[in-house]
Amino acid sequence: MSATTRQPSTDRPTTAPPAAGAPAAKRRMPDRTTLRRLSALSRAELTLLVRNRSALFGALLMPLLMVGFLLTLGDTLGLGDGNLSVAAVIGTSAIGMVLLMAVYSTLIPAYVGRREERVLKRLRTGEATDAEILTGTAVPAVLLALIQCAVLIGAGSAHPSLSAPARPDLLIIGVVLGMLMMVLMAIVTSAFTRTVESAQITALPLFLIAMMTSGMITQLDTLPDTVADIFRIMPFTPVMDLVRAGWLDAGGGDVTRALLLALAWTALAGYAVRRWFRWDPRQ
Amino acid sequence: MTEHVIEVTGLRRRYGGGGSAAGAKKKGTGIAGAALGRKRGGDDGKGFEAVRGLDFSVRRGEVFALLGTNGAGKTSTVEVLEGLAAPTAGTVSVLGMDPLTDRAAVRPRIGIMLQEGGFPSDLTVTETARMWSGCVSEPRPIQEALEMVDMEDRASTRVKMLSGGERRRLDLAMALLGYPEVLFLDEPTTGLDPEARQQTWALIRRLRDSGTSIMLTTHYLDEAEKLADRLAIMHEGRIVHAGTPAEVTAAQPSRITFRLPAGVAPAHLPVSLRAAEYVDRIEIRTQNLQDDLAELLLWARQNGVVLDQLNARTASLEEAFLDIARQQPQYEGAL
Ligand SMILES: Nc1ncnc2c1ncn2[C@@H]1O[C@H](COP(=O)(O)OP(=O)(O)OP(=O)(O)O)[C@@H](O)[C@H]1O
Ligand SMILES: [Mg+2]
Repeated sequence: MSATTRQPSTDRPTTAPPAAGAPAAKRRMPDRTTLRRLSALSRAELTLLVRNRSALFGALLMPLLMVGFLLTLGDTLGLGDGNLSVAAVIGTSAIGMVLLMAVYSTLIPAYVGRREERVLKRLRTGEATDAEILTGTAVPAVLLALIQCAVLIGAGSAHPSLSAPARPDLLIIGVVLGMLMMVLMAIVTSAFTRTVESAQITALPLFLIAMMTSGMITQLDTLPDTVADIFRIMPFTPVMDLVRAGWLDAGGGDVTRALLLALAWTALAGYAVRRWFRWDPRQ
Repeated sequence: MTEHVIEVTGLRRRYGGGGSAAGAKKKGTGIAGAALGRKRGGDDGKGFEAVRGLDFSVRRGEVFALLGTNGAGKTSTVEVLEGLAAPTAGTVSVLGMDPLTDRAAVRPRIGIMLQEGGFPSDLTVTETARMWSGCVSEPRPIQEALEMVDMEDRASTRVKMLSGGERRRLDLAMALLGYPEVLFLDEPTTGLDPEARQQTWALIRRLRDSGTSIMLTTHYLDEAEKLADRLAIMHEGRIVHAGTPAEVTAAQPSRITFRLPAGVAPAHLPVSLRAAEYVDRIEIRTQNLQDDLAELLLWARQNGVVLDQLNARTASLEEAFLDIARQQPQYEGAL
C-alpha cells in the first residue's frame, strides 16, 4: 500500500452535502427516504441475482421449462379432465409456477445467503428498517415474476382457446396476494435453512403441497369432495382459485372464501416471520 | 460542562433463559438496577449473563476503549449501545436517547462497525458502498470514504476477492459514510497489517480531532494506550479497571522478579519488601519501584547474594491486563 499522506476531510460539510443526496434531507419525508433505501437495497440485490447463474436460471428458465413440459404432456396427464380446457389449466398454472419458482424458490437461498454472510446483521446497524431490508431482497425477484406474469397473460389471451382475463381485478388481487404470501413464506423457510445449498430441499414441502393441492396439475372438481375440500384450504389453493376466477371467471369455488383464506394464510406467514426469522447466523 | 454522548448505568445483559428483555428493562431502571448490580454470581438462573452491571460514560469528542479477555462481554455491551439488543437491566443512552426505541433518530447520527459484519461477496467495493450510501440520510461521497481507509484502488474488486484486512477497512469506510457523531468500532484493527493499523490509528485520531466521539474495543494494549483518552478493562461481565491509560497503569504495582541462590531462603529477605515465592522465581510487587529495588540491591550486596535473572518492570497497561487473568473475582471493585 502506498504511504500517501492523503488527508480526506473528516468533517461533515457545513453546507449542503456535495453528494447528490436530497438537499432537504433534514426534514425527513418517510416515504421518500424509504423509497431511496429500498431502491439502493434492491439494486444491489438485482446485481447479485444477475451474477448468480443458478438463481437466475431458477427465476427465469424454470417456470418456462415447466410450462413447456405441461404443453407437451398436458393431454397425457389428463389436465383437461374437469370443467376447464387444457389451455386454461396451463395458462393459470403457469402463473402459479412463476410464483412458486421465481419468487418462493428463488428467495429462500437469497435470504439464507445474506444471513450467512452476515449482510443482514450488518444492514441492521444502519438506518434502514427491518421491513425495508427484507423487502429490498425480495424486490428484484418480485419484479421479474411480475414481468413473467404479464407476458404469460398477454400470450395466453392471444391463444385461440383462451381469452383476456374476465375479471382483471380478481386476477391482480390473486397475483399480488400470491407474491406477498410467497415472499413471506420464503422468509420463514429461510429460518429453517442452514445453507444456501440446502434451500433446494427446504423449498420442497411447500412447493410439492402447492403443486398437488392447488389444482395446477389436477382439476379439483375431478377429485372426491372431501379431498377437494381439504385441498381448498391449503395455503396456495386460494391464490390459484383467485387467479382462475380472475382470468377464466371459473374459480369453481366461492371467491370471497378464497380471498379470506388467502389473506389468512398471508397473515399467518407474516406472524411466522416475526416468530422465527433470524438475522444472525448465531442463533 | 462536559457533555456525555454515551451514558450507561447498571447495564446487564443475559443470553437465553426466559425473562423478556423488554419487560425486564422497564422494571430494571433506577434503584432496582443498581441494587441488582451488586448481587453476586451472575448465572444462578437460566441462561448466561454476559454483562453484569456496568456503569460508565463517554464524553463528546473522546476515544473510549473497552478492553477485556475473550468473552469478557465487550461485544455484548456494545451491541446494546448500538441498539441491536435490549438490556436485561439498567439503562443506556446515546446522544441523550434510547438507542433501541429512538432508533430512527439515533441511527443517522452514529456509525457502527461490527466485530463480524458482512457484505455480499459478489458485489464490488463500489457497488457495496453505493448500496450502503443509499441507506444513509446524508452520505459522504463514496470516493472520499474509500480514500479515508486507503481502499480507492480496490473500488472495482469483488468483496470475495478482498483480503481479510481489506474487508475490515471497507467495513470501517461504511461506518464513516454518514458523518457519524458517535462511532462504535468493535475490534477495528483486528487482522490489519502493521501499516494499515497505523493508518487506522491516524484516521481515528483525525476523526476525534474533528469532534467525533469514538467507542472502540480492542485486544491490542498498545492501541488502547496510544489512542484512548479513557479506557475500561472488562472481565467476566464487569469493569475491573477504568480511567485514563495513565491512571489505570498507575494503579498497578511495579514488579521485581529474581531467583535466589540455593541455600538462601526467601525468609532472609528484608520483611519490608513483602516478597512472594513462586516455583520459578521470587516476586515483589511494589508501588515504589525505585526504593524497593534499592533496598533489595543493598541487601544483596551486604549479604553477598547473587540475584539471578533479576528483572524490574515498571507498571504498564499490559501488566494491568495480565493481572486480571490471574486475579480472583474478589479483587474486583478496584475502580
Ligand atoms: N448469542 C449468544 N448466546 C449465548 N451466549 C452468548 C451469545 N453471544 C455471546 N455469548 C456469550 O457471552 C459472553 C460474552 O461474549 P462477547 O461476545 O460479548 O465477548 P467479547 O468480550 O466481545 O469477546 P471477544 O474479545 O472474544 O470478542 C461469552 O461468554 C459468549 O460465549
Ligand atoms: Mg467481541
